[in-house]
Amino acid sequence: MSNDNSKSKQEVTSTDEFIKGLWRDNPVFVQVLGMCPVLAVSNTAENALAMGLATAFVLLMSNILVSLLRNFVPKQVRIASYILIIATFVTVTDYAIQAISVELHKSLGAFISLIVVNCLILSRAEAFASKNTIGKSILDALGMGLGFTLALFCLGAVREILGNGSIFNIPIFSDGYQSWIVMILPAGGFFTLALWLLIINAIQTRKVKS
Amino acid sequence: MNTESLGSIFLNAALVNNFVLAYFLGICPFLGVSGKMETATKMGGAVMFVMLISSMSAYGIHAFLVRIDAPFLQLISYIVVIASTVQLVEMFIKKISPVLFKSLGIFLPLITTNCAILGVALFQTNKGYGFLESIVYSLGAGAGFMLALVLIAGIREQMNFAEVPNISKGTALTLFIAGILSLCFMGFAGLGA
Repeated sequence: MSNDNSKSKQEVTSTDEFIKGLWRDNPVFVQVLGMCPVLAVSNTAENALAMGLATAFVLLMSNILVSLLRNFVPKQVRIASYILIIATFVTVTDYAIQAISVELHKSLGAFISLIVVNCLILSRAEAFASKNTIGKSILDALGMGLGFTLALFCLGAVREILGNGSIFNIPIFSDGYQSWIVMILPAGGFFTLALWLLIINAIQTRKVKS
Repeated sequence: MNTESLGSIFLNAALVNNFVLAYFLGICPFLGVSGKMETATKMGGAVMFVMLISSMSAYGIHAFLVRIDAPFLQLISYIVVIASTVQLVEMFIKKISPVLFKSLGIFLPLITTNCAILGVALFQTNKGYGFLESIVYSLGAGAGFMLALVLIAGIREQMNFAEVPNISKGTALTLFIAGILSLCFMGFAGLGA
């Protein structure tokens, strides 16, 4: 009985580890981490999705490795070792994307390499994977990675629809649609993210009130 | 090889393709330490210095890696150089001015993960800049970063006195300001090539 109880408790916490990244601790909307790629490559839904998935992959792999090595890495050099681990996986991802689609690699540009300096990945390694078991770290990475991808997609979709009148390169408005060029430009990235933050803040405050 | 003049490289990096407002690099410190003018200036200085050192090292590393034919080590070696430079700056600031050290707080070690710095190193390699051009490029990028940081810090200091709706306080408001600034910087587009 007690065994059963502890098991169900364990399950609740593991799903929680997964869910928290999607909404409560969403890396982009709540923690405001990893902003640079979020703003820079979210000009179309496709780019945003690819970037999100690449980041999620690096996050997952580095979380696994950091969690495995957590008892071997000396405390003083931990940050440097995390960065090395992350840089290795980013290099792998960079070459993989180049092999899959040269076009995509071109449109994401240097931002694939810049996943290395995405604060989200380092902060998950430092704050979570270095202190938790591998199973939990995987769930955490999956949740955070998906949350990040979701947020990127939200931004990318809005910017592409308004700025280009299309989604995934498929036009959705009639020819008369005057596209809002500004949404594709850098300024649009700031505005869209600010609007999403406003919406999320409004939802949160309403929740607290009720 | 490209034929841009040094002056246009500087202007391009600082204004036309401002690293923060056009390339979205270094957004984290941009949002994090832009609350006060004083910290913003000093943070800008620190970033500029690290940028210069890492850009020069990156030039050397790139030449070496090309010689031994190991381009896949590029990213890893760049980040190691940047991390050590930041460590150096951190020790230096701690010794010279403990007050400044405190006010920069967590954002000082986080310069390591400032994408603007790695960005400079990667872009100059992609563009095939020579040694002198790399230095000018990194100085321009640093100046642009500092300019953006100081501008937004000034606006945010004034914004403290404005009454805004509760839900837009904090990051959302800063992002709106950044968006407007970014629109303004588009006006420089005619300057460069």
